[in-house]
Parts: sequence; C-alpha cells; structure tokens
Amino acid sequence: MTTTEVARPPVRTGDTPAVTVRGLVKAYGGTTVLDGLDLEVRRGECFALLGPNGAGKTTTIEVLEGVLRRDAGEVSVLGEDPATAGRAWRARLGVVSQGEGAGQALSVRETLVHFARYTSTPCPVDELLAAVGLTEQADTRVGSLSGGQRRRLAVALGVQGRPELVFLDEPTTGMDPVARRQFWQLVRDLRADGTTVLLTTHYLDEAAELADRVGVVAGGRLVEVAPPAELGAALRREATVRWREPGGWREVRTEQPAGVLRDLLAAHPCGEVPDLSVTRPGLEDVYLALVGATSGGDPR
Amino acid sequence: MTSTLTPARPAPPSTARIAQARVGLELRLFARERQQVVFSFAYPLVMMVIFASVLGGDERPGDVPFAQYFLAGIAATGIMLSSFQAVGTAISAEREAGLLGRLQLLGTPPAAYFAGKAGQVLVTTAVQLALLLPLARYAYDVPMPADLGHWLTFLWVAALGALAGTVLGIAVSALPGSASSVTTTVSGFAIVLQFFSGVFFGFTELPGWMQQVAALFPLKWLTQGMRSAFLPEQAGAFEVAGGWEHGRTALVLVAWVIIGVMVCARTFRWRRAAG
Repeated sequence: MTTTEVARPPVRTGDTPAVTVRGLVKAYGGTTVLDGLDLEVRRGECFALLGPNGAGKTTTIEVLEGVLRRDAGEVSVLGEDPATAGRAWRARLGVVSQGEGAGQALSVRETLVHFARYTSTPCPVDELLAAVGLTEQADTRVGSLSGGQRRRLAVALGVQGRPELVFLDEPTTGMDPVARRQFWQLVRDLRADGTTVLLTTHYLDEAAELADRVGVVAGGRLVEVAPPAELGAALRREATVRWREPGGWREVRTEQPAGVLRDLLAAHPCGEVPDLSVTRPGLEDVYLALVGATSGGDPR
Repeated sequence: MTSTLTPARPAPPSTARIAQARVGLELRLFARERQQVVFSFAYPLVMMVIFASVLGGDERPGDVPFAQYFLAGIAATGIMLSSFQAVGTAISAEREAGLLGRLQLLGTPPAAYFAGKAGQVLVTTAVQLALLLPLARYAYDVPMPADLGHWLTFLWVAALGALAGTVLGIAVSALPGSASSVTTTVSGFAIVLQFFSGVFFGFTELPGWMQQVAALFPLKWLTQGMRSAFLPEQAGAFEVAGGWEHGRTALVLVAWVIIGVMVCARTFRWRRAAG
C-alpha cells in the first residue's frame, strides 16, 4: 500500500449487528438519563456516539458493557444480553476505560504481562507495546507515565485479548493535540484490522475523523445517525446570505442562495453589496442545532 | 479478509489460574508500597519493644511474665491488622481508583480476586510473625511454643484468624463512603477492639461487659488461641472459662469466616454505587 490512507475493510452489513439497542431507558434516582434510545452498530464499523456532557453517552456504554443495569429496553451485544452474559462473552469485548491497570507501582510491561493471564487469546506483549508506542516506556512505572501514555496503556489493555468489539469512552479527553492524533491512528489501525469500534466523544472533529457513522445523542435519545459528511443534511442545505444596508445588517436564510444573490445584485446595479457573505453551516453549527433542538435541559 | 465465522475462542482461563496471577500481583504491589510494608511489619515489633520495656517487670494472671502474655496479644493484633485492616482499606482504595472496575470488565471471577487477597495476607502474616517471634524470644526471653502440639495450635489459630480477618476485611470494604472514610472506620474499630480483647491488658482484668462485647468478635478468640500456644498449660486455668476453649475458638473463627463470606457474596461490588 502506497497511500497514507488506511484501507478500510468494508463494513459487513449482511451480518447480524454487533450492537442492537431498542428503547433503552435508564434513570438515576428519578432523573431520566436515557429515554428510549435506539442504536445499531454494524460489524466492522467505527461508530461514534456524539453528544454533550450529560447526554447519556457513558451511561449507554456502561449498559452495553454489562456493568450497569437498564430500567427498560432491549439490548443485544455480540448476540447476547449484557445483563446476563458470562465470561466467554466478556472475552470477546474490549473496553478502553478511564481507570487504568492494576496499580501505579507496576511497570507498563508488568501490567500487560499480568493482564495477559486473564485471557486465553493474548496478544504478545512486545507487539502490543509497539502497537501503542510504549516500547520505550515498557519499564516505566505506570504512576510516572504522562496522561497520553496512560491512555495508550489503557488502549493496550482494552485490545489485549483480541476483542471483536471495542468500547472507547471519551478516549481523548484531556489529551494534547499530538497525543490525540497518535491515538486516532491507533483507532484507525483497530478498525483496519476488522474490529468493531464504538466510541463516545464530545469532540466533533474526532467523530468526523474516525467514524463511519455518527450517532448524535441528546436528551437521552439518538437524534440522528449519519456518516459524518451527511450529518444534518437538511440543516446544511440552508445557506445564510448576509450583507449590510444603510439601516443595518440584513440576513436571509435560504436553500437557494443563488436566487437571493441575483436579486441583490440587481438591486445594486453599479456598486458593491457592502459586506456580502454567503455561509453554510459547518459541522459544528449542525451539531449545535441538533443538540440544542432536542435537549430539554441538563439531564444530570 | 476475515471470514464471517470467527473461530470459536478457547474458554477463558480458570479461576484458579487467575487467582495464582493475583497472589503474585498482590505480593508485588504490597512489597512496593513502602508505607504499608513498614506499618504491617513494624507495628507489632514496635509495640512489643515498647510494652515489654515499660511493663517488663509485671506479671499477668497465673504468674505469667508480661512479655509472654503480651506476645500472644500482639501476634493476634498483627494478624488482624495485616488481614482485616489491610484488606478492608486496600479494597476500598482499589475500588475508588477504578482498578476493580477494570477487573469486572475483564470478567474476573470475584473468587479469584479474593483468593489473591487471602494469599497475600497469608504470606505477609507469615513474614510478620517470623519477625516478631525471634524478637520476643531473643530480646525478651519469651519461650516459644513448648512442643509440636503447641506449634500446631499456633498455626491453625493464626491461619484461621488471618482467613477470618481477610473475609471480614472484604466485607467491610463494602461500607458506603470514600476510601479514606472506610480506612478511618476500620482503623478506629481495630484499635478499640484491641483494648477490649485483652491485647494490652489481662483479659480477665477487664470489666465484664467489655469481655462480653469482645467475645462477639474474632480478635478475643484469636488472642486466647495464641495464649494457648505460648503460655504454660496451667495458665489456662486463669482464662475466663477456666480453660483454653479450643473448640469454641475454632467455632467462633469459622463462624466469622462463614458470616463474612455470606456478607461478601451479598454486598461485594466492583464499582462504587452510582450517583
């Protein structure tokens, strides 16, 4: 392969989905965090759950991981109900969680060697170290690692047992831009190996960069699912034409900006239209519109 | 391209294999935690030195030299600290740090985790006693258990006490609150229990109500069992019941192990309760 682009194996749409969720409901002490969430993640795809803090992303992931009981709804992860699935099912899942390893006093290598004993299908430790770029830190104690390095160790631990499905919960929160890009590459590599990836993020660029499809969560529901480029297609078609008149700013929102411009130019036959601009909403505007339109207050 | 049928995975490693890995890990982590090492190993030694130096001339019921009586008590205390207190505080701290959450996600059988703790406790308790006994023997002329029978008593009492302490340590780690509040509760309880159980004072010199409260908990029985191993046979006449009560000691300790296991099975959580 000569291009830098990582070849993506096609998403296997024919298979049963890796994750199916119907009408998921979860409340904490009277506060409804998930309010009928539906979700489908196909085998082999990278799916991003995108939403503001408190939208219910982490709660969703925790239900899918089988560490949080749901109040209602149907959930199937790799063909089993997480609430009742056993160790054999867990062995097929990988979780990159915030809590790291076994203790700060262990070295990176010791941590990986230890956890290799919990799985019947461990990746060789040296391969794993190389894959996450921690070969040089192999003998460093976990307590002395930088934040970015710890996250990479968390990735190594998450994929150590060669999982079919990996959950990444806000994996790059708190990372510097360089660490973030390195991390993205790790996720692309996973995806390229055919692993299904479900990640949560509140960073738009991250979702756009990594995901085959993005699901926007707001107010405990999935409000839209689309490939990143098609997110909020209807919203995006609308352009804003803006210019200044002696009385002040004028603004027109339209799906046919050319028509508006033609009229404008006709009205100014011999001169400039002051401060004329035509803008279309960026991904961020679309996202804010999607989230803002539905979130009825802070659920937490 | 991978085929759509993923080959069946081999079954996950057995509980016993993971337990083995846990014991190794727990010991390694324990050894690297300097404060814990110093506290666990030095506390009984320091107490032995202080009390034997200050009260060395005293005698306890049955003409037993103070140091001899005290060795039994401080050995029992050491076992309680390195099992009950160390395990209770360690588990709540590990839960708070999210280490237990990681284990849950890996599908770790809880029994493997508990076995790791128990294995670590048995080894550290053995090391602790291996330091304490020679100190008492050579610095304060405390006689060691008289014969094989007394050594065997010493061993079963120590092992059962450590086991009960471990199980109860796991049980108290489920107390609500932060790790530091659990630590405070557990330490406070352990200190009071030492006074109630005849570690520092002769048990028969304590007020009756204090004796009765102490008799509910394992430390009193652990201490009494230790006395039966270290004190001369005739000293048993000066116990509350006029004898060593080995049967009852074993019964109470085993009962606590069973109660502890039942509490653990019902209350053990990998994660702190959600908000």
